[in-house]
Amino acid sequence: MAAEIAIDITKTFSGRAPISAMMRYPLQQATSLVLFGPSGSGKTTVLRSIAGLEWPERGSIRFISRTWLDTQAGIRVAPQHRQIGYMAQDYALFPTHTVAGNIAYGLGALSFAERQKRVDEVVELFQLRGLEAAKPRELSGGQQQRVALARAVAPRPQLLLLDEPLSALDVPTRMQLRSELRRLLKHLALPSIIVTHDWAETLSLGDMVAVMHEGQVLQLGVPQDVFCRPVNAAVAQIVGVETVIEGHVIEQADGVATVRVNGTLLKGLGVHEIGSPVFVCIRGEDVVLEQGGTGLTSARNHLNGKVSEIVPHGVMVQMKIDCGFPLVALVTRGAQEELKIERGSSVVAVIKAGAVHLVPRT
Amino acid sequence: MNWTAIWVTCKLASLTSMALLVIGLPIAYWLTFSKWRWKFLVESIVALPLVLPPTVLGFYILVAIGPHSPLGRFYSDIVGQTLPFSFQGLLVASILYSLPFAVQPFATAFEQVDRKLIEASWTLGLSKTKTFFKLIVPLSAAGLITGAVLSFAHTLGEFGVVLMVGGNIEGVTRTVSIDIYDDVQALNYSGAANTALFLLIVSYAVLLFIYAMNRKVWAVWPQK
Repeated sequence: MAAEIAIDITKTFSGRAPISAMMRYPLQQATSLVLFGPSGSGKTTVLRSIAGLEWPERGSIRFISRTWLDTQAGIRVAPQHRQIGYMAQDYALFPTHTVAGNIAYGLGALSFAERQKRVDEVVELFQLRGLEAAKPRELSGGQQQRVALARAVAPRPQLLLLDEPLSALDVPTRMQLRSELRRLLKHLALPSIIVTHDWAETLSLGDMVAVMHEGQVLQLGVPQDVFCRPVNAAVAQIVGVETVIEGHVIEQADGVATVRVNGTLLKGLGVHEIGSPVFVCIRGEDVVLEQGGTGLTSARNHLNGKVSEIVPHGVMVQMKIDCGFPLVALVTRGAQEELKIERGSSVVAVIKAGAVHLVPRT
Repeated sequence: MNWTAIWVTCKLASLTSMALLVIGLPIAYWLTFSKWRWKFLVESIVALPLVLPPTVLGFYILVAIGPHSPLGRFYSDIVGQTLPFSFQGLLVASILYSLPFAVQPFATAFEQVDRKLIEASWTLGLSKTKTFFKLIVPLSAAGLITGAVLSFAHTLGEFGVVLMVGGNIEGVTRTVSIDIYDDVQALNYSGAANTALFLLIVSYAVLLFIYAMNRKVWAVWPQK
């Protein structure tokens, strides 16, 4: 049987849209699937159902060759027997246990010596040396997150489930831990499923993304594809970032990074290592179109391009502009008429550096 | 002071308290975590001793453990003696009488344990029983001690049930509260005063301990 996870579940809550999620997705080592969607879209319920902490009324969950849930056949595997690592949003560290005690908590099946050895390995990997005897309340948010992850992976689970792993952190820590988490997930060579409502986290952490809305999986695919080619208006609306393209940082000065994308240079905010690969993400509504290259503006990016496609998009018009890479701009109908933009028109796309989001891709 | 009565009372209270730790924990666990829709039926039964007059409770216990009931006959067939007016019978009655004083603090303590911690324990592979002893008990220790101490204190002062079920047998079922009553009936006011003061001091010390440990207003008056 192919290594995959197959989910087809229905769960109803009073006063909310029923969750009726169906997806099937191949698992390789170290593949992370991101469940992405606005709050209330049912992504946490799906994750908790996979963990065995929530029981859908109907449906099935299969993981590789094992059936965890099959309501028709009456199969309900308890969370204890699923061999998963689960990390809750607020980490749920045991306040009565030390850091080492938390990590060792799930290792009861090992002998004392083996347990010590495993705790030691995990402490090393998660850079928790020196904190072994500390209680969770003495730790910073970032340290708590690392302990929670360490505790989840210590018993060597077959699947890692992370519920909003970074949302409890302040913004600077979150940015820093995002790349660190990605590196750790790759290093652990464990398939993982991560719930988030943050599109930058989706791009940064996910190999695959499932976009969820009102209890349903609307699209499943590689993040860049899903972001650039949403299957319908709902997905486009949820994602909200129409241009996602790979680039490399070539220069870094005064907090502004210069990125090369297919020969075009773009400036974006943020500090990144020179030579590192990044996703360049631009929202269509942040792109201003000008006719011909007129005067100076404070915006850092002025890109010459040709309009290759015009698609009406509600009260707005979505334009695809070829400026060395495909860029999507959203303008009003009035603006389109005033500027007399048609297919093939030459335009200058103006984007402030702050609107060019750079998401590290390691 | 009647030291025999004090000894009987302390023995009764300690055994009741210990028995309630064993019987009360599973009941409280079930009351806290069960999703059964008719759970309130059981909750009400557990709380009954709070509102019933001790004589009513004592009467039913007496009937239930008496030689004419199946339970009483079963007991006398095995042990060879009857339960009413014996220390064992008194112990059974005390356990039932103090049940809410143990179960309600236990259940309140269990309810305050964050569900997410319990779920984390489950996903780490620990069974419900192991999770209970390794996580829930340490996290609700204060509530468990409160329940045990409260049921101890409550048994120290019980009167009506003891009189109904235990009779008044010196060295066997005569407890402190009955001893005070007997002293007063015999116009032995100084003996009654001594014993009463003793009971007052012990009860106050027990409550001091609970309040100091919990530092919460609810500790003595079980709330749901």
